[in-house]
Amino acid sequence: MAGQGCGGGASQPGCVCAMLTLLLDGVAYGMLLFVLSCGLAVTLGLMNFINLAHGAFAMLGGYVTALLMNRAGVPFLATLPLAFLIPAVVGIVLERTLYRRLYRASPLDQVLFTIGLVFMAMPAANFLLGDQPQQIHLPTYLQGRIEIGGVGIGIYRLFTIALCGAIAAALQIFLVGTRFGARLRAAVDDSRAASGLGVDVDTLFAVTFAVGSGLAGLGGALAADVVGGIDPSFPLKYLVVMLIVVTIGGANGILGALFGALLLGILDVAGKYYVPSIGAFIIYAVMVVTLIVRPRGLFAKGDGR
Amino acid sequence: MRTGVLTVALTLALSSAAWAEDVTLGMILPMTGPSASTGKQEKAGAELYMAQHGATVAGKTIRLEIKDDTGAADVTKRLAQDLISNDHAAALLGFGLTPLALAVAPIATEAKVPQIVTAAATAVITEKSPFIVRTSYTLPQACAPMADWAFKNGIKKVVSIVIDYGPGLDAEKWFGDTFKKDGGEIVEAIRVPLKNPDFAPFLQRVADDKPDAVFVFVPSGFGAVFMKQFVERGLDKAGIKLIGDGGVTDDDQLAGIGDVALGAVTAHHYSAAHDSAENKAFVQAFVKANGFLPNFMAVAAYDGMALVYHALETTKGDTDGAGLLAAMKGAKWMSPRGPLEIDADTREIVQNVYIRKVEKKDGALFNVEFETIPMVKDPFKASKK
Repeated sequence: MAGQGCGGGASQPGCVCAMLTLLLDGVAYGMLLFVLSCGLAVTLGLMNFINLAHGAFAMLGGYVTALLMNRAGVPFLATLPLAFLIPAVVGIVLERTLYRRLYRASPLDQVLFTIGLVFMAMPAANFLLGDQPQQIHLPTYLQGRIEIGGVGIGIYRLFTIALCGAIAAALQIFLVGTRFGARLRAAVDDSRAASGLGVDVDTLFAVTFAVGSGLAGLGGALAADVVGGIDPSFPLKYLVVMLIVVTIGGANGILGALFGALLLGILDVAGKYYVPSIGAFIIYAVMVVTLIVRPRGLFAKGDGR
Repeated sequence: MRTGVLTVALTLALSSAAWAEDVTLGMILPMTGPSASTGKQEKAGAELYMAQHGATVAGKTIRLEIKDDTGAADVTKRLAQDLISNDHAAALLGFGLTPLALAVAPIATEAKVPQIVTAAATAVITEKSPFIVRTSYTLPQACAPMADWAFKNGIKKVVSIVIDYGPGLDAEKWFGDTFKKDGGEIVEAIRVPLKNPDFAPFLQRVADDKPDAVFVFVPSGFGAVFMKQFVERGLDKAGIKLIGDGGVTDDDQLAGIGDVALGAVTAHHYSAAHDSAENKAFVQAFVKANGFLPNFMAVAAYDGMALVYHALETTKGDTDGAGLLAAMKGAKWMSPRGPLEIDADTREIVQNVYIRKVEKKDGALFNVEFETIPMVKDPFKASKK
């Protein structure tokens, strides 16, 4: 690595380049978490529906990419639209057939139902695809590192930041700048009044659910390389992290999930670097503090967007 | 005499278990759950042994009962109790993780049934019951020679990075202590939590510490992501060597890890590429029967069965636990991995430890052995003497 005084002793690796690298790592991780979790946040905020099966859609997207790449030789980037579309389609089908029966049900029923879906999805994946993690081998142009002014960053992490950032921007523009987006926000604020004003809340729900599930799938595909492959236990492994993002960010619009995810990503990576022995606990500590100080999340409803 | 015969006949008729000519062996493995790959390999190894050597030993018919404990210690315990009381198992094999083996130890002691550990690797296990015998390996057995080799080969500063659980801590301690005793320096000992291991921040610390090598212990399954991130962070280009326990380059996973593993030096007791006639035959038969390569778990199960067969031949079919145990102590035989011996005092496995490097042979990745440390006794037990 270039000079700049990065002597890097074990005790105080506090030089700027290490911090910037960590910051970028944290942002990359946070962006991934955002794409994985924003569907969950919107479903929870919009439909008041606790969809614990969200992780299963992420797993599905991850498997789509892994299988297309490993068995059909499809290039990585070409699999990404499918990693979005297939879970989105599955999402619509499930929404129309199963989920809509439970919109008026109690939260406990929703939890039991969606967890039941996860408990079905995981052994099904195990049966069909085996328990070994399916690895994703990135194309060479996405591998390796580059250095900008002494700060090293993995090329794939840069790609993740760029792609997820673009998605976040697109979602926000869509939400704020289009009529569909306006209707969505109206339905989130008060679905009864919105439907009274002629907003087709049903279709809105279906489309939103589809997009949320599709994004989860895309997130799963992007995360596959970072987390060591997709295996049948993926949905439960990452469910907790996704729920923490939603809890901290507030189950609301895009920005809450984005900032929650970024905060988590950066704190997690920094925590593990500076205090490795308890670093993994930091995100839970942050969640506890957030819930005590702002129980509805940092960017909850009514706080402006 | 006639009453004697009548009694035996009545006992046979009344016993709910198999006929007296049958010997049941209970194998408890995690066939589902996160350690399912261990179960899959071990089952294949045990079944291969029976397929090759037949199901009859000393006039008795062997019945192998494989049970899934899903990796949960309370299930393991219950299955062990069932196997002993209902199936009258003559021996128990398996135990994919340390807590699973420990949970069954008191049962083995009370029922006086040999418990053969064919997977778990924490050193202290064999001390928990006088009926425990091991055919897998112990972390100290592999990590101490790794430390010696590293020091002799110009590696003076090491950062050790392990997953924060039993075997990981064993690895960290035994590598670290041996390395320091040789004169080396452990710059930092990093422990990574078991859940959600994203190695990125930890590897960044390694990069900043600038050691000669990083010693790693991860359970099989995490080898791939560790290697990938090691290369992604440019650590190999920075001249930091990768050394570790052989689990990180598990034969089962090596193909999935890919070329990023090339050059990794590890210490372990078995490689599918081990150059011996026994191993070539073993690997060939294994791949033919299962379609995938065997790893160290499979060969440990294979050898566990070999040990039981040997014990039964020695006792001429007598399934008395103490007799079987005595027959197992001091047993010596040639396994696909190399020569084996069961230490008569500690009931621990004594075997060759190989230093190997990941290389490409015939287009596929293998751990190619280049140095052998013969008949290593478990250093943990040796240090207590």
